[in-house]
Amino acid sequence: MSIRFFTREALSSISRNAVPSFAALASVLVTLLVLGVFIPIVQATTGAANDVRGQVIVNVYMKSDATPADAQRVRTQLTELDGVKSVQYVSKGTAYAQERRKNPAAYDLLGSNPLPDTLRVTPKNPDNALALVSAIEPTTPGGGRTTIDPSIESVGSSKDNTDKILTATRVVKLTTGLLAALLIVASVLLISNTIRLSVFSRRREIQVMKLVGATDGFIRWPFVLEAVILGALGALLAILLLGVMKVALVDPLVNDFALLSAPSTIGFGVLVAILLGAGIGVSALGSAISMRRFLQV
Amino acid sequence: MAATEKELRLRDSQLAQRKDAAAASGRPGDPANAIECRGVTKRYDSSKAGLSGTTFSIRRGEFVFLVGPTGSGKSTLMRLLIKELDPDDGRILVAGRDLGELTHKQLPFYRRNLGVVFQDFKLLPDRTVYENVAYALQVTGSSRAEIREKVPDILRLTGLATKLHHYPDQLSGGEQQRVSIARAFVNAPPLLLADEPTGNLDPETSIGIMQLLYRINRTGTTVLVATHDSAMVDRMRRRVIELAEGVVVRDQLDGQYAPTDMSTAEFGALLREPAPEPQRVPKKREPGDDFDEAFRD
Repeated sequence: MSIRFFTREALSSISRNAVPSFAALASVLVTLLVLGVFIPIVQATTGAANDVRGQVIVNVYMKSDATPADAQRVRTQLTELDGVKSVQYVSKGTAYAQERRKNPAAYDLLGSNPLPDTLRVTPKNPDNALALVSAIEPTTPGGGRTTIDPSIESVGSSKDNTDKILTATRVVKLTTGLLAALLIVASVLLISNTIRLSVFSRRREIQVMKLVGATDGFIRWPFVLEAVILGALGALLAILLLGVMKVALVDPLVNDFALLSAPSTIGFGVLVAILLGAGIGVSALGSAISMRRFLQV
Repeated sequence: MAATEKELRLRDSQLAQRKDAAAASGRPGDPANAIECRGVTKRYDSSKAGLSGTTFSIRRGEFVFLVGPTGSGKSTLMRLLIKELDPDDGRILVAGRDLGELTHKQLPFYRRNLGVVFQDFKLLPDRTVYENVAYALQVTGSSRAEIREKVPDILRLTGLATKLHHYPDQLSGGEQQRVSIARAFVNAPPLLLADEPTGNLDPETSIGIMQLLYRINRTGTTVLVATHDSAMVDRMRRRVIELAEGVVVRDQLDGQYAPTDMSTAEFGALLREPAPEPQRVPKKREPGDDFDEAFRD
């Protein structure tokens, strides 16, 4: 028989089992609604965390008698190091001007410029910032520290701050990731459980079908198709609601909250595709798996 | 019927000796046998209900009653024949094919060659009479035109022409059983199994159901009826196979429900109570003839 027969069977089965069908649709709807809200939040949070991580830099301070030529040489050396994204040269004067702007009174008191020439090294991966420091400032066999170039005074790793930022962002990423994983597991369980209930309530029907000589596929397809229809309906409803929320609540606030305007947040179109796929996929898979037990007659 | 009374008596006496030999032998089934059981054993953990070394065969076109007290293994045999269960030991051949060799994939196609009727009807509750019968055709991939032609035909034959669009719960027990017989027979299967088909019905209705089964038998279909209905068995005088604790204890042509000595069968018939429905059963005739009369076209 054709797809048309299976579709007809699936549709009439939905109308015959209105209550379990509604339960399945509702669980898909709620789950996807939560997912649809959660995915952009996770993304915005990790996006913000990444912004912070992007600010992790390694300061290489030159000796006070270093010439611009020394600085240029060191800069070349640094650029060649593994894991270095970019190196920015900040001369004494520039640094003084920058710092003075922050605290004019204090710098006025100093009278002269105490700041050294600085090379700001941005690591490719913020997690490797500390390894980069060790590379620029290797440990000698005797236990002391040396530098890769004699004109380097010290390497300001701002070790504590870097550590804190990295730890904090890692915690944020882990927490949101874990929450997302839990939520997805819970959604799959919720949907498959609802479908299992609806299949279970019809196990007698399946048994009769088997006795009449229906093949597994002949019994399974209307059920799977039914799940697909319900999953798609639930997903569409969820998307509709999310769309309304986006237009009514989120869009007006975008300009006021940096988190909402985080550039890395998922596009609405992609989100719609993911939710639709998840709704249909999970329902179809759930019903196919739940059916298996009852087909072993 | 190919087997004469003499042969059957001989078989009776030899059953015990042949049981094990038959089970062990791998000879192919006799194609003239609709059902052949060789040393079939089925044990359940919890109770004694099962089969132990049951051996018998049923020729094509026979009408056979399977009798015996509750727990004697009648239903187990039925479930083995529709391959809802597999025997622990022994072989079951249907139309010369070994059921043990059927794969899960072939099973539905085997069942399409069986008509199955149960005590509890096993109708699909959410479908009308028409749809219930049509389902048995749909699973075989019949075209819609074919279904539209065959279903009303078979329903007219079973006396349900006016109930096409009723749901099972709107019908009486007898009518539901008629639907289930219509469904079992709509594919014109060579073998029809009925497990207590009149178990839930009053005597008057039972006669109608038995008439239907008899009429089906006369089209050439082999019919095996497991039953407790002693009045029906006594009146129809067909072959009777009696099971007790999983063993065939009696196999008689023109048998009665209760075991009788063959030589005193005539005497026993004289002593029998009058038939339950005297107004419908003219006393002068042989009991077996009523049915021929009833179905004369």
